[in-house]
Amino acid sequence: MARSSARILIIGAGPAGLRAAEMLAEAGCSPTLIDEAPRIGGQIYRQPPRVPGFTRTAAELYGAAAERARDLFVTFDRIRNRIDYRPSSLVYDLIDNRVIVASEGKSEEVPFDALILATGAMDRIVPAPGWTLPGVYTVGAAQIALKHQGATIGKRVAFVGIGPLMFLAAHQYAKAGVAPVAVVVPSRFRSFAAAGLRLLQMPREFSLGLHWLLDLKRRGVPILFGHRLAQVLGEETVTGITVRRRGAERAIVCDAVAIGYGLQSETQLADLTGIRFAFDPARRQWLPESDPLGRATGRKDVYLAGDGAGMLGADAAEARGRLAAHALMTDLDISHVTYRPKADLETIARATQLQASLRAAFDLPADFFAAVSDETILCRCEQVPAGELRAIAGLMGAREMNRAKSYSRIGMGRCQGRMCGHAAAEILADKLGVSLDSVGRLRGQPPIKPVSVGTVAERKA
Amino acid sequence: MSEARLQRVKDQDRRLIEIIVDGWAMSAMEGDTVLVAILAQRQLLRDAPGEPVGAGFCLMGACQDCWVWQEDGRRIRACSTYAEPGMRIRTTWPDHLLAS
Ligand code: FES
Repeated sequence: MARSSARILIIGAGPAGLRAAEMLAEAGCSPTLIDEAPRIGGQIYRQPPRVPGFTRTAAELYGAAAERARDLFVTFDRIRNRIDYRPSSLVYDLIDNRVIVASEGKSEEVPFDALILATGAMDRIVPAPGWTLPGVYTVGAAQIALKHQGATIGKRVAFVGIGPLMFLAAHQYAKAGVAPVAVVVPSRFRSFAAAGLRLLQMPREFSLGLHWLLDLKRRGVPILFGHRLAQVLGEETVTGITVRRRGAERAIVCDAVAIGYGLQSETQLADLTGIRFAFDPARRQWLPESDPLGRATGRKDVYLAGDGAGMLGADAAEARGRLAAHALMTDLDISHVTYRPKADLETIARATQLQASLRAAFDLPADFFAAVSDETILCRCEQVPAGELRAIAGLMGAREMNRAKSYSRIGMGRCQGRMCGHAAAEILADKLGVSLDSVGRLRGQPPIKPVSVGTVAERKA
Repeated sequence: MSEARLQRVKDQDRRLIEIIVDGWAMSAMEGDTVLVAILAQRQLLRDAPGEPVGAGFCLMGACQDCWVWQEDGRRIRACSTYAEPGMRIRTTWPDHLLAS
């Protein structure tokens, strides 16, 4: 095979997928780039629709990351005509060396010789009573509403969770004139401050985080460290929350809640490729395994890039996109510009260090999952309470997530456990008194997202 | 409950379009997702017997909480479908499905 005619497929047009596409295009390949969104950027650099009236600049949309966003967009415009870009296209299945893609109500098979998965990440959720009420959204959703649509999820919004993205979103809401009614953080202020000091070695990230924090303070937004979300209040819609600190509860009035306990990788497609997964004790997630350049373990034609292979953030995602493209071209004997991985590997090392500091800053109480009450709905699709999972834990071999799923229906719904899978594993492991890795993970199953029967049946010519 | 859930704060100088929700004309802005178009004026996306009420959750096509119906009975994901002029949406079962 003439190597540059190799059929190369990239899934995901966020920072990782775009940098991979760039490098391949520069080498004369024309990769296919499939993305679910109508425009490039991924979630982090999500763009408003291409419609008159959306006038915000990159600086307004992406703040301190505006320059990086702009550079990605310019890069894409440059390579646009040299790649086969397919927006608004959902990859819902993968069989051997082809993926099945749905777009405009039709399905199509796309075969590949090499595949780069850049599927990104989404919010990690821990359920609390009332979290399925209308008006509760993910932190990511709160940000998307603002970035993509110029709207906020409510007028009086409470932010609950951990991680820099939550503070960034709260800060962006405040700047847009919708100052959060509270930011509720279960981590202790002591660990936050101690780990924050370690971040002094990374002045850029440190001052950025400090800026968000001080800005929220200045606007009078209460930042409640050491507080847990006890309950979301309301009958038909959110009317408030109660938060708890050392047994004492208090109520906060709000009409919307944004919840997010950091990010987790989207791994369903990686699962369908059959590559090996390994448990990452730091991130507390089973992740697809690869070498440092992104070569997946267990399949020669699969490469991993970006936050889908373990959350490291957008800058590292760009680096990992280039590394994966480089590894792929090296393996397929495609000559490409001299590229020295050193700088990108350093970026990744730095991001790894940053993530470790952030995990230390935002530690969760040891009994965080044990404290989820039995009545709390765990699986929002099937409305299964946590108590039902606990009740079947250990019965008839339900010491593992997929078995527990078939007994409790948790993770069987439309979202395939994306929302509840992580918390369910933590709760199951806690109930059984075993380590998180030993309960395994929910397997990704086709279709990885719902597609209508009509879409599956309707094949593109 | 007719109060708006979402609040428009930026980029509001857009062309107005009209969609039909449960048989009633509703104005929306060009570039709105169906979710934003509806929730900028109402509390719920879906309020149908036998289905959980919904106003969406993730806004990124992952949770599947934002399904609404088109009048022909097909379901669409409101967070990742753009409102088009004249689009006919149902936040409860379409009549012909209810009757059967
Ligand atoms: S709100 Fe989650 S899929 Fe639309």
